[in-house]
Amino acid sequence: MAILEVRNLSKSFDGFDVLKDISFDVEKGQVVSIIGPSGSGKSTLLRCINQFEKADGGSINICGQDMLVKNEKGKTVYAPPKVLHELRMKIGLVFQNFNLFPHMSVLRNITEAPMTVLKQDKKTAEENALRLLKKMGLENKANEYPCNLSGGQQQRVSIARALALSPEVLFFDEPTSALDPELTGEILKVIKSLAEENMTMVIVTHEMSFAHDISDRVIFMDEGYIIENGTPEEVFEHSDNERTKQFLERYHS
Amino acid sequence: MTGEEILKVVGILLEYLVPTLKVFGFTLLFSIPLGLVVAMLKMCKFKPISWLTNLYILIMRGTPLMLQIIVVYYAVPYIQIANPDMFSFIDIKDENYMFGAVLVAFVLNYAAYFAEIFRGGIESIPKGQYEAAAALGMTKAQTFFRIILPQVIKRIVPASSNEVITLVKDTSLANVVAYAEITLKAKQQMQNYASLVPLFIAGVFYFAMATILTALFSFIEKKLNYYR
Repeated sequence: MAILEVRNLSKSFDGFDVLKDISFDVEKGQVVSIIGPSGSGKSTLLRCINQFEKADGGSINICGQDMLVKNEKGKTVYAPPKVLHELRMKIGLVFQNFNLFPHMSVLRNITEAPMTVLKQDKKTAEENALRLLKKMGLENKANEYPCNLSGGQQQRVSIARALALSPEVLFFDEPTSALDPELTGEILKVIKSLAEENMTMVIVTHEMSFAHDISDRVIFMDEGYIIENGTPEEVFEHSDNERTKQFLERYHS
Repeated sequence: MTGEEILKVVGILLEYLVPTLKVFGFTLLFSIPLGLVVAMLKMCKFKPISWLTNLYILIMRGTPLMLQIIVVYYAVPYIQIANPDMFSFIDIKDENYMFGAVLVAFVLNYAAYFAEIFRGGIESIPKGQYEAAAALGMTKAQTFFRIILPQVIKRIVPASSNEVITLVKDTSLANVVAYAEITLKAKQQMQNYASLVPLFIAGVFYFAMATILTALFSFIEKKLNYYR
């Protein structure tokens, strides 16, 4: 079953086309990595699916529900606000800069949305949060504030925060780009463990060897187009595309 | 002045500490929420509203508070002259009217200053905070009151403490329309005893209040220091 179906998605900023005819699927349990040079449209694509940017054309379907469709008149329309909200709840998002709430303890960062949005009672939300923290190896940090944690710890908290709403699919927007190389490993380990539990994930990343090892599919984007969409072997080892080879070469050397 | 006379003046000024604190307290009570509303209006995406709000802030900050107090106070009698039916129930010598007029001027003035502080605070919160809250499904209201506002408060405490300390001293401006507060009474006692001592005593009163507020704000700042 496709968790996410994107068809012919386009987006431009001030006449500059950032996304051009983007189509791809994410199946349940799949890990999909999106790679490509800066400015290739990776982050914009993620932001369109997460409703931070309005797409100009195309369609997006999440878990069988239309978020963006072409109507009878050929106009691109969004689902009503209530549906958009429901769809947003099916997607978890992990940011490059963590974006934890600095005025809340680690525990409250995780319980805030389940309690205010899902109306969970405090006990349920906290039990769930502690379980997630334990999974992240941070059970002893529940009462700390984000400013007292390392970048890697903060990012693990933000992953736990996203998981607390039990999303169908988890998006990562360059989850290790703001981290020291030494801290990158701990995040990649967490993502790997989620993959082993069959969490559906879409990861925008510059960590090529990680994308190679963990992904079921790799999408290579350049100048707003999807240039490649295949298995890691197909993209990393057997690509015929000049642009892809050129891009990957810089990482191999 | 003899010691006994000084004690007597201290007693009188203590009594008039109450109307001073009344202006101070009620101004804060109303101007802070109004300032928040004004800040929102100024950030409104519908430009005419934003412009009008800007004009209001410009006038309030660009003209003296003393002038504003006089305008508000005398607005009613001049309207009464022009149109005898309007506000005919108001007696401008009435203490409640005086207090009301002074309060309106103070609240309008201080709301403009607070609005700018709030706006600066709100705009200093990174976009990522809004996006994180949105990604978690929080509504705009939940995001503002649970995520943004608590962080804004921490950031604006230093600037607000300046305003609040200024306000305690600005209450003395109310004497311009004969509102009986510490400065007006100190002036009367100065004439009464032909001595500057009552003015110094009034000064000590303001100094003490400002010192207490300074201590209070540094306590609040410390309390809010549980995160960076």
